[in-house]
Amino acid sequence: MFQLFFLLSSGLFLGWSLGANDAANIFGTAVGTKMIQFRTAAIVGSIFVILGAVISGAGATETLGKLGAVNALPGAFTVALAAALTVLWMTRLKLPVSTSQSIVGAIIGWNLYANFPTDYSSLTKIVTTWVLCPLLSALFAFIFFFLFRFGVSRMRCSIIRLDAYTRLALIVVGAFGAYSLGANNIANVMGVFVSISPFETTEILSFSFSSAQKLFLLGGLAIAAGIITYSHKVMETVGSNLYKLSPVAALVVVLASSAVLFLFASESLEFWLASRGLPTFPLVPVSSSQAVVGAVIGIGLAKGGRNINFGVLGRISIGWVTTPITSGLIAYILLFVVQNLFLMPVYK
Amino acid sequence: MSILFGKAKNIEAEIEQFFDKISEAGLIFTAGIKDYLEGDFEQFHSRIDHINKQEGEADKLRREIRYYLYTKMLIPESRGDVLGLLETSDNVIDTTKTVLSHFDIENPAIPDSLNSEFLKLTESAVSALSSLVKANRAFFKNSNIIHDYIHKVHFHEHEADRIEEKLKKIIFRSEEIGSLAEKLQLRDFVTYISGLADDAEDVAERLSVYSIKRSI
Repeated sequence: MFQLFFLLSSGLFLGWSLGANDAANIFGTAVGTKMIQFRTAAIVGSIFVILGAVISGAGATETLGKLGAVNALPGAFTVALAAALTVLWMTRLKLPVSTSQSIVGAIIGWNLYANFPTDYSSLTKIVTTWVLCPLLSALFAFIFFFLFRFGVSRMRCSIIRLDAYTRLALIVVGAFGAYSLGANNIANVMGVFVSISPFETTEILSFSFSSAQKLFLLGGLAIAAGIITYSHKVMETVGSNLYKLSPVAALVVVLASSAVLFLFASESLEFWLASRGLPTFPLVPVSSSQAVVGAVIGIGLAKGGRNINFGVLGRISIGWVTTPITSGLIAYILLFVVQNLFLMPVYK
Repeated sequence: MSILFGKAKNIEAEIEQFFDKISEAGLIFTAGIKDYLEGDFEQFHSRIDHINKQEGEADKLRREIRYYLYTKMLIPESRGDVLGLLETSDNVIDTTKTVLSHFDIENPAIPDSLNSEFLKLTESAVSALSSLVKANRAFFKNSNIIHDYIHKVHFHEHEADRIEEKLKKIIFRSEEIGSLAEKLQLRDFVTYISGLADDAEDVAERLSVYSIKRSI
């Protein structure tokens, strides 16, 4: 049992750091500007991130599994550790980094080390989605901005009431955001462990609780722990320093970026679209931070396109390349160390 | 949630009442000046009592609103704006009270020939105040008409400035008013009344900034 937890610990750490950093994308502005209390944000965020992970986490996880099916627990441990270290290191260097990009690099590192072929169609799908994510998020924010502005001007309610509605909406949209984050990003945290899950499927009444879902629950708890223990600081920074948004604009940003995360995670939506002969969205873990940046730019464009820092887009696209390469290298080295120094099999 | 929106309703009602007080103070102010110019001092004193009462009630409302906003409601960013707005609007009501009390204390002798100009000045200043109250109400109702009212405040303030200048020239050129002391005293009273329009304009300036800030 202890060894099991130890081997899962790198994934759990990755989950913790995801919660600590990415919850600020959802509740940052609201908490940083004191529109909602951190306690409310933490409770709502934790509950919905776990729900999203357990209910809708499978889709994006499957895509990661296709990229490279890590088949030994010590290998999965090392891959997740490499991703976590990359995130930690690049964050300290203040470089743009995303867990999604980091884990993909680490998986490819494992593929190379274990001499397994990388599925290039999956890789192409994943990288295309990364590029699509901020663009789509910008588009959504652009559209939502006008819809909201129209809606608010039609509502004709007093500013006191509008503020009350905005507060409520920030919590509701935040819940959706947390759900989407859990659904989309649990793959980063627990994806590499799924094919070698140490848990068994249990049936409770007519519901089955799969072994993967148990992993997701554990990962969701780790994310929740990150939210509760460390995200407050990050939220204060996001809310008060990085970008100044009006409350309604903040709402649009969270809604747009969450919708994008949801699109790239929901199997039921994919099924619904496919059953009507519509094109579907690939289920791929994406970066919530990049979705937010996209949405902020979308709002900037909707406001007439002044004062937009397009340099930030360049920085993001550099991250698409540097992050996977870094984590791939780290994974390769760590796998070597774990196998030869600690004598644990990292692949079969 | 019903608690939240119930409170919102309460606060809305109190803010409306606060603006009622300002609007009423404007009306009493005009009536008071008229009474003074017509020499009806008994009526004039009752106006002063009335305006003092309005001012006291407005203060009380403002304090209650402030308490609610800071403890229960409103997004912090706009909270400061709303309170700033209420405080500066309160200055307007204070000015009406102070000017009437200056009249009461100093008893300036205003020649009958200047009555109509003094009255015009008063009406312009109070029109600025009334337009301000409407702009305030529009701001709280999130209505676009606010800009029309802000524009009217500016218009009436300019009008008041124009009359102020004219009146001051008349005062200093008048042979009816003998001493320089009297001229200076009357000049001050013209400035006091016109100051009401300036106060209203200050609030209107804030309002236009806040309304831009609030557009998403």
